[in-house]
Amino acid sequence: MAAPVPLPVAAPATWPDALYDTLKQVGIDQIGHVPDAGHARLIERCDHDPAVAVTGLTSEEEGVGLAVGAWLGGQRAALLMQSSGLGNCVNAIASLAEAGQFPLLMIITMRGEWGEFNPWQVPLGRATRDVLLAVDCRVLEVHRPDEVADAAVAAARLAFDSSQRVALLLTQRLIGTKAFR
Amino acid sequence: MTTGTLTRQQVAARLTGADPDLLVVTGLGGTCWDASRAGDRDLTYYLWGGMGLAASTGLGLARSRPDRRVLVLTGDGEMLMGLGSLATVARAAPANLAIVVVDNELYGETGGQASHTAGSCDLAGIARAAGIADSRIVSDAAGLDELAGAVGALGAAVRGPLFAVARVPGQLSGPPADLPPRDGTYLKHRFREALMGSHVLR
Repeated sequence: MAAPVPLPVAAPATWPDALYDTLKQVGIDQIGHVPDAGHARLIERCDHDPAVAVTGLTSEEEGVGLAVGAWLGGQRAALLMQSSGLGNCVNAIASLAEAGQFPLLMIITMRGEWGEFNPWQVPLGRATRDVLLAVDCRVLEVHRPDEVADAAVAAARLAFDSSQRVALLLTQRLIGTKAFR
Repeated sequence: MTTGTLTRQQVAARLTGADPDLLVVTGLGGTCWDASRAGDRDLTYYLWGGMGLAASTGLGLARSRPDRRVLVLTGDGEMLMGLGSLATVARAAPANLAIVVVDNELYGETGGQASHTAGSCDLAGIARAAGIADSRIVSDAAGLDELAGAVGALGAAVRGPLFAVARVPGQLSGPPADLPPRDGTYLKHRFREALMGSHVLR
């Protein structure tokens, strides 16, 4: 295996590093993601970790299949996405993951809630919690950087030890609102 | 309705029998019935739902067990619903994953309506253009033998994922008299126990 490329200078926010450390601690072997600015640092850390298999997805529902397949093979996967991607996953969560009572850990960066600039992000951002609850997911929310690690451990335990579909919502107040101007 | 020189039952039997240790994910409907007719096995995860997700489920499995060969045996309608996953599979490039589409050019479970592959859609071409270099069309027994050898092979000879369309135009598959298990949770536990031992149930 090629040597990992050295990391560039650390990003200012430290909670993505805490989240990475926590995912390692709870034994995450695979990451599936559609790129998202809020997850950029975490994706970068995973990309540089030869012990984590990172799968770039074309659409979020593939990540549900990926997580189900990983569990069948004895591994733990986490799915990283933005709240706008949740809508792409609904059938996969219900008719694949829930139907087989598979563990599913989704780490979702929120859009459309806290000072959102882009009105197109608002409808699904507003619906995220309701959609998750409608397809029998447990929902944990994080508002402050110092809550991230604990919440990630709790979410991972709920998913992998109790075979639940779990969404860890990283709120827009935590990640910061995207600025266009 | 035309009939090719292959039968869909031949495809399922030959491929799922290629290697007793093969890890199999089926599509829903036709390929689920075909795989169960070919012999129910603990290391087969039948999809009864989650249409469009067979290839990505196979990908997660293949990445978790690079030491084992993984076969996704699915239908044309199911594959069409998850076309993006071909690009994802090509990018991840697991050498141990084979995706075989049993292509009858029909949506068999819903009344036999024509699928896109009955027209100009070339799934093998899409897979190749997505980056799966070993993408083939199989339409006779010799091609099936060659494919079965490739599906069963794991080692230096295997490079990158494999995609194949097995052409069985017009051939429908109804549910067998003995249905395969349809409780996803049971299938999951059965698969994991067979693969890793009973400790995974504790």
